[in-house]
Amino acid sequence: MGIEERVPSGVMLTSLEAVIGWMRKTSFWPLTMGLACCSIEMISYGGAPRYDAARWGQEVFRASPRQADLMIVSGRLSQKMAPVVRRLYDQMPEPKWVISLGACASSGGVFNNYAIVQGVDHIVPVDIYVPGCPPRPDQLIDAMFKLKENEVRRQPLGAHAVAARETAEQAAIDAPALHELKGLMR
Amino acid sequence: MTQDTDPTPLDEEPRDDVGTPEDAPDMIAPDAAPGEEPEESPDEADTDDVFVPDPSVFAEDGDPDGATSYLASGADWDDIVAEQAERTDSVIVVNMGPTHPSTHGVMRLVLEMDGETVLSLRPGIGYLHTGIEKQMEYRTWVQGSPLISRCNYVASTANEAVYCLAVDKLLGITDDIPERANVLRVMAMEVNRIASHLIAIGSGALELGATSVTMVCLQEREHCLEFTDSYCGLRMNHGYIRPGGVASDLPSDGLDRLRELVRLLESNLPAIAEFTLEQPIIKLRMEHVGTLDLAQCMALGATGPTLRATGYGWDLRKMQPYCGYDTYDFDVCIDTGMDSFARWKIRLAEMDESVKILKQCIEKLERTIGQPFVIDDPRIGPAATMTVGADGQGASNEHVKLLMGQSMEALIRHFKKVTAGFTVPPGQVYTAVEAPGGEIGCHLVSDGGLKPYRVHLRDPGFHHAQTMPMMCEGGMLSDVIVALGSIDPVMGGVDR
Ligand code: SF4
Repeated sequence: MGIEERVPSGVMLTSLEAVIGWMRKTSFWPLTMGLACCSIEMISYGGAPRYDAARWGQEVFRASPRQADLMIVSGRLSQKMAPVVRRLYDQMPEPKWVISLGACASSGGVFNNYAIVQGVDHIVPVDIYVPGCPPRPDQLIDAMFKLKENEVRRQPLGAHAVAARETAEQAAIDAPALHELKGLMR
Repeated sequence: MTQDTDPTPLDEEPRDDVGTPEDAPDMIAPDAAPGEEPEESPDEADTDDVFVPDPSVFAEDGDPDGATSYLASGADWDDIVAEQAERTDSVIVVNMGPTHPSTHGVMRLVLEMDGETVLSLRPGIGYLHTGIEKQMEYRTWVQGSPLISRCNYVASTANEAVYCLAVDKLLGITDDIPERANVLRVMAMEVNRIASHLIAIGSGALELGATSVTMVCLQEREHCLEFTDSYCGLRMNHGYIRPGGVASDLPSDGLDRLRELVRLLESNLPAIAEFTLEQPIIKLRMEHVGTLDLAQCMALGATGPTLRATGYGWDLRKMQPYCGYDTYDFDVCIDTGMDSFARWKIRLAEMDESVKILKQCIEKLERTIGQPFVIDDPRIGPAATMTVGADGQGASNEHVKLLMGQSMEALIRHFKKVTAGFTVPPGQVYTAVEAPGGEIGCHLVSDGGLKPYRVHLRDPGFHHAQTMPMMCEGGMLSDVIVALGSIDPVMGGVDR
């Protein structure tokens, strides 16, 4: 939310986007958001010499949401924990991304019961889902690189961000309502 | 010693008799001055078998309430700050967790601090409540094993073992489990014990800032996980131990992998002890921190390394052998330090003992090659004979041929077994095994149906969480982290 937001769209903004996107991609800090079993695999991703996230400079997990760009929700999210996670998400500065790590975080997993939120996308917007119970650290590495390459590096700025938001909103308005959908359901 | 006199869970509605600013200083007083408690005459304890609670440990009728309840899990933090501002003393309230990086998962601690000194500490749990016990009432007996595996996810094999031993006991087949099944169970439990201790040591060290210890521990743990991966397909949460035996035999190269694992662990584990046990910083940080003596351990239900650190060699593997542990030669590791460092040393020593057990497992596994790994009972064993094909594990071709082409009865039985499972005679049992953290118990009730009527887990972490006030009150804030790391509660097990 600085001066770059006021750059008019054109060559200048596009180049700025490329530079800032590259910088964001290369200094991408995750938040320590360990909830359950999957968080142990997340620790392996960050700490185990075998996976060694230091190779791409990501071994430091940030304990404060104010210094983090990425929330890896790793594990099952209980009803009691949900407000806490949402609060942490709200405290992270924009732009921010969310990885939902594991079956529980993505959909409730095997725990279809009273205690577990059936997917963290009920409370925070998720950018990439990683399946598995628990997912291997390799899968998290894959997700991380896909996220960095496809989302973080291409994050629109200024006029482009406004345009992207408007396009998304228009698409949502144009989408057919449930009862207008034809085919399998009728 | 200060005491835990507040039975009120932290997140209940605040009671009207506490929490007002005028009351607040009084609420602290009993913690600071335990000498004022009404004394029970202790003489009767010697003559009678009647349990007379030690007034310095237990609350009694007429004791003033302990601490104020603090709520911080919603938008009420502002109220706490306002209340704090009105207080007349210098006590400040510190909320630690539930997403603090050093609280071993989503545990929350509410501390009342006077400067650097902890006046009172209340653990808040339930942030990972998963409803596993309830959900197991709606799943078949076999499906319970992978579910309960996800309670204490760092030491998952112990959860499976205690549940399956309970089911075995209700079925009355405890003595009919084939030898190879028992050896495989022991092998799985010991590999898992090493992996769990490595996490306990590694994360305990990380919380003290010793990153390289963590790295070495994670690296060794990786070898253990690779091995479990080879025989059950998962690095964690295996669901490997099943009622009546185990899920599958070792793969064809399993024994070689086990030998290689033992070789690696034998050569690498001593290094961790070497560079931590004499390390002056680690010793300064952990010695005489988080002490619990035998009486306190007994009163609060502490088991495992915490109890053995008081010099009492209580290890269920020796005291109430299960799965044939009485046929293995190993020592119970004890220490007399009663502090965090003693627990650390015990964990290190126990890993070496586990390697010793694994070596004996190799011998037994070599001797029992080809023998059944699950009980020979068509009701309980696996529904299909499995084989590993090019696209992963699946039903073996011969079995499918039998079902589809030759025997209608076999097909019906297969269908029944897959969809409904088996029944367990009505009754209730309690079994306990020595998990890496301490005694894990399972109380199982069956009404004779296809599903458990009630499954309850006694997780060591839950009991260890309640020792936190005893270990930390009166100490420094920085020692809270050390004490917490030394009891190694895993919140998945605490909250279930
Ligand atoms: S997806 Fe599986 S491993 Fe991950 S938190 Fe859920 S149960 Fe645990």
